[in-house]
Amino acid sequence: MKGFDRREMTNQDDKRPSPDALLEQTRQDARGKLKIFLGAYPGVGKTYAMLQAAQERRKEGRDVVVGVVETHGRIETENLLRGLEVLPRKRLLHRGRVFGEMDIDALLWRKPDIAIIDELAHTNVTGSRHDKRYQDIDELLDAGINVYTTLNIQHLESLNDIVARISRVRVRETLPDSFLEKAHEIELIDLPPDDLLQRLRDGKVYIIDQVGRALRHFFSKGNLTALRELAMRIAAERIDAQVLDYMRTHAVSGPWPTQERLLVCINESPVAKKLIRSAKRMAERQRLPWIAVHIETPRDDRLSDREKDNISQAVRLAEQLGAEVVTLQAEAHLAREIMQLAAKRNVTRLLIGRPRRRRWSGFFRENVARTLLEKSVDFDVTVIAPDDDRATSSMISSDVLRFDGWTWHNICWTVGSVTAATGLAVLTGKYLPLPNLSLIYLLAVLLSAIRCGLWPSIFASILSFLSYNFFFTVPYYSFSVFHREQLITIIFFLIVSVIVSNLAGRLRLQVEAMRTSAKRTSNLYDFSRKIAAAASLDDVLWAAVHHVAATLDCQSMVLLPVDQGNLQISAAYPPDDQLGLKDWGAAKWCGENGKPAGWRSETLPAAEWLFMPMKTPQGIVGVLGVHFKADQRSLGPSQRRLLEALVDQVAIAVERTNLATDIEEARLLTETEQLRSALLSSVSHDLRTPLVSIIGSATSLASYGEMMSPDDRHQLTQTVLEESERLNRFVQNLLDMTRLGYGALQPKKEWSDVREIIGRAVQQACKYAQDRDISVQIDPVIQPLFVDPVLLEQVVFNVLDNAVKHTAANGHISIVAKLLDHKVNIAIIDDGPGIPGQDREAVFDVFYRVKAGDRQTAGTGLGLSICRGFVEAHGGQIKALAGPKGLGARIEITLPIAEIPALPKHETDDDEDFGGKNDL
Amino acid sequence: MTCSAKILVIDDEPQIRRFLRISLGAQGYQLEEAETGKEGIEKCALDTPDIVILDLGLPDMDGQEVLRRIRDWSDVPVIVLSVRRNEEDKVTALDNGANDYVTKPFGIAELVARIRVMLRNRTDRETSPSEIVAGDLHIDLAVHRVSLAGQLIKLTKKEFALLSLLARNAGRIVTHQQILGEVWGPAQLHETHYLRIYIGHLRQKLGDDPLNPRFIENEPGVGYRFKMIC
Repeated sequence: MKGFDRREMTNQDDKRPSPDALLEQTRQDARGKLKIFLGAYPGVGKTYAMLQAAQERRKEGRDVVVGVVETHGRIETENLLRGLEVLPRKRLLHRGRVFGEMDIDALLWRKPDIAIIDELAHTNVTGSRHDKRYQDIDELLDAGINVYTTLNIQHLESLNDIVARISRVRVRETLPDSFLEKAHEIELIDLPPDDLLQRLRDGKVYIIDQVGRALRHFFSKGNLTALRELAMRIAAERIDAQVLDYMRTHAVSGPWPTQERLLVCINESPVAKKLIRSAKRMAERQRLPWIAVHIETPRDDRLSDREKDNISQAVRLAEQLGAEVVTLQAEAHLAREIMQLAAKRNVTRLLIGRPRRRRWSGFFRENVARTLLEKSVDFDVTVIAPDDDRATSSMISSDVLRFDGWTWHNICWTVGSVTAATGLAVLTGKYLPLPNLSLIYLLAVLLSAIRCGLWPSIFASILSFLSYNFFFTVPYYSFSVFHREQLITIIFFLIVSVIVSNLAGRLRLQVEAMRTSAKRTSNLYDFSRKIAAAASLDDVLWAAVHHVAATLDCQSMVLLPVDQGNLQISAAYPPDDQLGLKDWGAAKWCGENGKPAGWRSETLPAAEWLFMPMKTPQGIVGVLGVHFKADQRSLGPSQRRLLEALVDQVAIAVERTNLATDIEEARLLTETEQLRSALLSSVSHDLRTPLVSIIGSATSLASYGEMMSPDDRHQLTQTVLEESERLNRFVQNLLDMTRLGYGALQPKKEWSDVREIIGRAVQQACKYAQDRDISVQIDPVIQPLFVDPVLLEQVVFNVLDNAVKHTAANGHISIVAKLLDHKVNIAIIDDGPGIPGQDREAVFDVFYRVKAGDRQTAGTGLGLSICRGFVEAHGGQIKALAGPKGLGARIEITLPIAEIPALPKHETDDDEDFGGKNDL
Repeated sequence: MTCSAKILVIDDEPQIRRFLRISLGAQGYQLEEAETGKEGIEKCALDTPDIVILDLGLPDMDGQEVLRRIRDWSDVPVIVLSVRRNEEDKVTALDNGANDYVTKPFGIAELVARIRVMLRNRTDRETSPSEIVAGDLHIDLAVHRVSLAGQLIKLTKKEFALLSLLARNAGRIVTHQQILGEVWGPAQLHETHYLRIYIGHLRQKLGDDPLNPRFIENEPGVGYRFKMIC
């Protein structure tokens, strides 16, 4: 629930400016400034004055643009428009007619210094972005545009009743009082009533205004004087408020209103709105923050649509007038709930409506007003009278006296129980004295009251009385005689019916209320559990739309922002990815402004969907939309609160998954960063080690070559050569690694002989193997393989290279290749220290070497992981095992084999043709 | 050995040109240098070198393009320099008319060997020998007789064609396509498994160990080379 206390002051004794006040000041500085030209009645010349001011500003060099001005064809006013930039109106089609409305988007885009906008209280045509022009202006102010506008006093919401009483005309276009407070400056355009009447007679006032058109008698001197007084009072109050604000922001000490509050209680009565307006005026006069409270009781579910509308309208009115709206839930003891709230929120004044007196039901319901009046000690209670007979129901009461319960089921039950009682009485009558028999009927009455409610139980009373009279009183089987004691019986029956059914009814209602409340709680609980269990964003969204649709019996969808704040339908139930243009507009507005928009809301109410912002402390994470069936009139307060609760939950869940993704990304990033820096240090180590030898040897040769023996010179050149080749191999590995990393590796397969491949690898390795003994055993049955010979040679060489590095200078390395299960198995076995069991998988990890640090021989890092990449690119496997008898290491490469295509017949046929010649 | 042969080096790396100048100069070759492809083509036309050493990575134009332009009007032997793992480049260059390649980084001995083969092949082609001798292997091209250490070896028609093709180009790379085209005909250019099988047979008959071949050397992804045994 919205509402904040602008006037709240906490530091009474402190001379420093209130932080809240300063904050408010800063906020207002960034906003555009609003100037209102206030008039008491049409024809005083507000528009004229506004345009004069606009012209002056223009001459001062400010950028003034006219958003909308109604000149009503008056020459003087039109002359004043000369030289001012007037924006063209936006054309909107509504019910076959074209309406020209202010083009708010054009204004926002044009972004002038000052916008001139006539008639603040104007209602926009259906299909506009906002219902009311003041909402447009609010958006302009938010955008930092200063606005000049005009207002007639009778449009002010809180004066609506008073104006209606004075002028007998109810104005439909109203402006919330809270908006008036946003005005930075109010200029009262005054014209004495006599002058206005004179101008009227001269035909100088163009009366198009609905007030004027509706009733000529509006312009009576009495009315005008009263309105003028109202306008002056408002302007004067406003000046007070400005002075007060100034003093507060500048730490001028004084008797400030404290945290006291005013509380107004509302219910479904049509008087509620009047109550709200009174409260607003009272709060305004006393400069108090005010709270409007509505207590939801189980009874609310049984209210008529009209009454439900009354509540939601009253709540909205209170919100608009700047109240903090609180909704409580209670089954009974409403007065106690209200008093608790009042005590908690430091309420000093309570406003309630006077209940309409009821004739005889008062005994059974809780008279909240009376209880409050009797029990309140800490605060004043003001009771407001309903102004006419239209107020049909009591302001606050727990009403259980309803003419209901007439179902066939109840009637049968009642008749049945009375019949059963009669039967029982007949049986008992044979054994017991007569007078006690009526008590049996009392049982039937009691049961009916508990089971079926008031009216069936009264019916049961009468039925019982009649049966009793008919069967058990003299003369039997007739209704004729009527004793006084029998009259007492029926009276008692009736009293019992009323009391018991009331008690039972209240109990039933409480049980029902608890059930509803439990259902609602378990619903929310279910939902929160469901979306808490959802792991991915998609799961969360799906659970959300599904649950919202099922709970509120509507269509639902979630829109999430994609790039640059554009929304995208991310989930919908029933699945749908279409939205009308108006709906898109509403969704977008909702996402941008963080306020509900669309169907039955203040913004773009013509849309079919209602969009609720999914707000979290981090901002708006998305928008949830609901679309009800065509016959739904509006959302009840409980439905609305349920929707809000659901939206909040969805927002939190979405944020949770967003955060989880962020954390995962951050973790990956850190890991990647760590690995990158580790790899870099490893690479530079591996690059530098051979360079040290090369540069060392080369400089020795350059400087002292002549002094050295030929043998020494040869050794140094040899070092340069060997180390360069090592460097070359390492660079090649790095390149291969990069290619593997980018997934750019495509083996260029051709039919190759595994012997050739191994042979070439061994020849290469022999150059560095020194005294190590390398033996090769290849099963002759191995057919040519369809592999990339270059890559495979690299694999064998890398493994050999690794083996050479890890064996002693006179160690043994053997290569064994054989066929195994239609696969070629190449094993490279060395007699070095071997690979510890836990590292056998890790050696193929790119970063294994990295983790081992600089301690190992240079250039050993990437070789094996490249092998794995290459072998896997061939659909093969490579793994590390323990050597024979647990000594050394055994690296096994397994490659799939393909059947080599057979040679065509003629190829083999001519095989021996040529052989003959050889025999020659 | 005609050691006064003129060699044109087309390479943009001054260090590479310098070490080639020194070491090839020491071998008695006459060296011309070109820094860019354009300059290389010009010098090739003006100086009529006996051999061109062409780096495939040039700054101004693609080495393959330089090769094509030279081949438009000259059949001077061209040895291309190419990096490893770029077998396709090598095959393309060979298809475009290069006579051989050396993989960078290379030892000077390898390059000098290639140069010598090129120069010798040039003179050989003019004489077209009837017999090729490689160690104890004798191939009589005229009577289609092959003997190893005095023993006659039975070869099929295709095997003999394969062996004689490689042997006639001893020391030079012969690409898979060239072999397939010449021995099996242009329709079979992609049946590399024929090659694999026949080379296997040939090696078996010649007693050539694929682990450490004496006669027929494989250049994976490119082709075969008959080893020069002097």
